[in-house]
Amino acid sequence: MDDDLITMDDMTNEEIISLLDDAERLLPVAHGLEYLPLLQGKLLANMFFEPSTRTRMSFETAMKRLGGDVVNLGDVNSSSAVKGETLYDTMRMVDGYCDIAALRHPRQGAAQYAADACEIPIMNGGDGAGHHPTQTLLDLFTIQQAHGQLEGLTVALVGDLRYGRTVHSLSHALARFDCNLIFISPAQLAMPAEIVSDLTVAGAKITETEDLYGSVSDADVIYMTRIQKERFPDEDEYAKVAGIYTLTSADLAGAKGEMIVMHPLPRVNEISSDVDETRHARYFEQAFYGVVARMALMCRLLGVEIPSGDA
Amino acid sequence: MSAGEMRRVTAINNGTVIDHVPAGSALAVLRMLGITGDRSSPISLVMNVPSSKHGRKDIIKVEDRELTQDELDRLALIAPKASVAIIRSYSVAEKREVSIGAELVNIASCTFSNCITINPREPQDHRLRVVKKDPLELRCRYCGRPQEMDGLVDNLL
Repeated sequence: MDDDLITMDDMTNEEIISLLDDAERLLPVAHGLEYLPLLQGKLLANMFFEPSTRTRMSFETAMKRLGGDVVNLGDVNSSSAVKGETLYDTMRMVDGYCDIAALRHPRQGAAQYAADACEIPIMNGGDGAGHHPTQTLLDLFTIQQAHGQLEGLTVALVGDLRYGRTVHSLSHALARFDCNLIFISPAQLAMPAEIVSDLTVAGAKITETEDLYGSVSDADVIYMTRIQKERFPDEDEYAKVAGIYTLTSADLAGAKGEMIVMHPLPRVNEISSDVDETRHARYFEQAFYGVVARMALMCRLLGVEIPSGDA
Repeated sequence: MSAGEMRRVTAINNGTVIDHVPAGSALAVLRMLGITGDRSSPISLVMNVPSSKHGRKDIIKVEDRELTQDELDRLALIAPKASVAIIRSYSVAEKREVSIGAELVNIASCTFSNCITINPREPQDHRLRVVKKDPLELRCRYCGRPQEMDGLVDNLL
């Protein structure tokens, strides 16, 4: 594995599977049932230049559960970025302070740029509409926990496929495990052509449609995403597509028994609250799995081996 | 170059002849090489002449200047099939082929408007990876976006 995690291309399929095994081993640690201070004395820099709740908190939780500590960039509006400091200078400073860094930034390519500037491992926590590989790791872990495998599943990705970096990274990874991908979105939020082209060249089986409800019975996973108001230039354009897909428990009547509904959260109205009580709902477990996935990743990047649970 | 083509421009004593430039690209090549009309030495352009290899082509003759390898690398961006002759005392002293490596470093900046490299104060190198050579396809090392080749000429560094 590379020294950094910028895109899912930095990991082979074998490395992904091995990391998911480590994540499973760390479940009791993430639940607080076992104390395993593997990263004691290590310091994580949480560099979030854009708002984040789950990603930032789960990185922090992961490091603290493993006995390490965290320093945060803090409010970006009061950081040196507003004074005009370059990302390069900020990251060179962090390189001296900490052992590893998680970065989220509004500009695409920021994570690779930071990785080129730093000696310490950089974990991409989202760069513009680019990649979000740690989200992909927890998404894959959620799917594997539910289905016992990743290979050959039919996964429907729904909503904002144009700007949603989560679905960009995830679709690349799923294609590598021979999954059937169904891209469901309004035309103006369709998966970018270059991504569809890359996936097709890589041999992915892709169906593109605007019809969510007709795809429910085929899917092993329905991955809902929020239509991001902040990405639209004006309110009218947003209003045309907002609320176009809302999944209710009644919509799931024809679903396979083991089908799971996922969402990177926060949700607005994409999933009705009555789905929460169905056996299909997995989005809260998914958010929790962000902790174990990031624990396993930080151990891997810092060269710390995870002892087996039987030891 | 055939005798007919030769008659269009005069032979040069010392300098560089760039042949097999894609038709209509000669002005962009000059711009890329930083050659402007206020040079004291003559520059000759022939545009849209017939070419047995490429249908039509442009030819550029720059007097009293020998292109360096670094400049040839830049040329690969818009004229990857150009052939370059270094002229000394009216004779071809050296022939050079334009070749493109695996990455273009500090030749042009990324064309994507939200790339991290859009901030001119960010100090690291601009790096465009060569994904495919014919036709040329480039992607930014940082943001990963495919480059719009027309826009790239405007982003030359």
